[in-house]
Amino acid sequence: MLSLRIGAVLLVLGLAGAQTAPTPAPYTLFSPEGRRPVPARLISGQEMFALDDLASLFQLTVKEDSLAGGLIVTARAQSIVLTPGQSLASVGGRLISLPAAPFKDGRSWYVPVDFVSRALAPTLGARLELRKPSRLLLFGDVRVPRIAGKVEPQGSLARLTLDVSPQTPHAVTQDGTRLVIKFEADALDAALPASPVPDLIQGLRPGDGPASLVVDLGPRFGTYRTSDLPGDRGTVRVVIDVIAATTSPSAGGAPATTPPAPPLPDTPPLLDIAPSGGIRTIVVDAGHGGAEDGARGPSGTLEKNVTLSVARRLKAALESRLGVRVILTRDGDTHVELDERAALANNNKADLFVSLHANASVRASASGAEVFYLSLEEYGDQAQRVAKGETEALPVFGGGTRDIEVILWEMAQARYIEQSAVLAQAVEAALRDKVPMSPRAIQQAPFRVLVGANMPAVLVEMGFITNAEQEKQLSSDGFQVSIVQALVDSIVRYRDRPAARAGAIGGTATPRAGGGIRP
Amino acid sequence: MSRRTVVIGAIALLAIAGAAWLAFSRPWRQPADAPAGAAASPPTSTSDTRKITGTLYFVAEDGMSLVGVQREVPFGETVLDQARHIVVAQLGDAPAPFVSAIPPGTTLRGVYLTERGDVFVDLSGEARTRHPGGALDELFTVYSVVNALTTNLPAVKRVQILVEGKEVDTLAGHVDLRHPLQKSLKWVRTDKAEKG
Repeated sequence: MLSLRIGAVLLVLGLAGAQTAPTPAPYTLFSPEGRRPVPARLISGQEMFALDDLASLFQLTVKEDSLAGGLIVTARAQSIVLTPGQSLASVGGRLISLPAAPFKDGRSWYVPVDFVSRALAPTLGARLELRKPSRLLLFGDVRVPRIAGKVEPQGSLARLTLDVSPQTPHAVTQDGTRLVIKFEADALDAALPASPVPDLIQGLRPGDGPASLVVDLGPRFGTYRTSDLPGDRGTVRVVIDVIAATTSPSAGGAPATTPPAPPLPDTPPLLDIAPSGGIRTIVVDAGHGGAEDGARGPSGTLEKNVTLSVARRLKAALESRLGVRVILTRDGDTHVELDERAALANNNKADLFVSLHANASVRASASGAEVFYLSLEEYGDQAQRVAKGETEALPVFGGGTRDIEVILWEMAQARYIEQSAVLAQAVEAALRDKVPMSPRAIQQAPFRVLVGANMPAVLVEMGFITNAEQEKQLSSDGFQVSIVQALVDSIVRYRDRPAARAGAIGGTATPRAGGGIRP
Repeated sequence: MSRRTVVIGAIALLAIAGAAWLAFSRPWRQPADAPAGAAASPPTSTSDTRKITGTLYFVAEDGMSLVGVQREVPFGETVLDQARHIVVAQLGDAPAPFVSAIPPGTTLRGVYLTERGDVFVDLSGEARTRHPGGALDELFTVYSVVNALTTNLPAVKRVQILVEGKEVDTLAGHVDLRHPLQKSLKWVRTDKAEKG
């Protein structure tokens, strides 16, 4: 009985809410003419604009069709037809859906705010953008970049990261105890974070102008440095490192009598812009090349060209999205020995090695992507001993033997099998979201290009080039972009896995005695 | 097979034996039957029609695995003779509906057996030059030979594929052939062996 009564009360409140909900904050319309508030109302849980307001802002005519019972909104000779009770609109003859039906209150009609982006924007012939989270309407040629900020402690410095979309020219200057970031824009659509490092960055706030931000610096501030990393789809990541001062000035010594100290001796290197998680360098290996075509598709597509195309895209995406250094084993149609590919990764102290290939089968029907990492069992006991870090008794001059821990450089991968397995699983999971997978999506094999890699390493077979349909996919932009996105996602997933955050990434394998000995 | 091939084979074997001696620093005994049996000539005893039933490996209908197929193979008096017969059969045509994983035109140049149970299978250059590429097909090529020998001959522990008498990195850019490889049945479909 009680619950029935509560239900009835809620129902009444709900009905009342449909009519007299509290008024939400207005949207702001930005246009070259200036900014104007656009009031919104909450009706049945939906934010709505009054059609009359939109008509006066965008020069629309609104006619009620009494015969058909509909509403005809005309903008620049195109008409939008709305029907009461229906959450659909016909825009120039094309049907679009709306989150709610138009609502009539007295003599005024209300439409959901999404009407602006879904129905009005395509008909106006000028840019009209609705940004619901920041309650903005952008009309015409106005520059209001979106900015998402983040502050992270990184050892003795605090790193402020601003993802700016679209890319916007800007300048960072120091003004006393604050940094001012001025953007060449009409306004900013910024989400500003709190700072977990108040002794370096007290906080972020909007600046004096319409398109500037202010970073209030904390008492430990010594200096700062800034760098821009281009992102994909025309975005940019602005990285500002606020670096702590050395202890001597604040130690309260006798500055007048001490000789001038070298400036900031323990400032970290300027190029230290790697994201957290420890991945700084990734080597991407485009399989085959030069005289070695690799597999060939039924229409003549060559594996070596597909792998190079994807490798180049992957390099661009990894550099811009993760801010890491990416080295390609080849950036042209050149022959590179398998040894040299792993050696390039080893010599550059790469944190990951990703080899790209396209598969082949004598059966034209075989299809799907596969991820490989090294198997040791085929190499016999020797590799197992390397993996376990066992020692070998080697003869020495003058007789006798000496126990030396020998790492066969050519079997460097033996130490990274477990991490390579984790990476392979991350790659397989991310690929599965985006591209068709083979029935055996993750496998181990004694692959020559992996065995010498002194870091976690995987080989990705992106699909079967001998399958006519997959051959087309492998050559297409869409498929290649999907593969690249999946690989970037998987590397992020690998980097951010709990074990890596605990400091286990990068391997505990450090070169020990005899690192270069071959059998 | 020419006398020259026999000599080259013997030199290759000596070189491998020498390298192994240096690496493991232990005495190496030349296998007694290796020089004599190095040539991969067709069976000389033409009157001997005895056969054994062995398992050979071919690519399955879907192209995603190898399938073990029971086939009759000429009988060999010694392990080396038997190994040669098995490889020759493995290089031959596949029974329908299966397909051979061996590149077309590939022939056997020689088989060598060491005392440790390592077999060296010397294939003609077509194994590389006519390989269609692709990691999976290369795995099938390699493991059809490795598994045919290790499955049928318990004395054979590991197999290394040579091409034109020389050690090679890979056949088509993937599978590491610089070491003898052990049997690996993970590429073989696990249902029962087919009758060929």
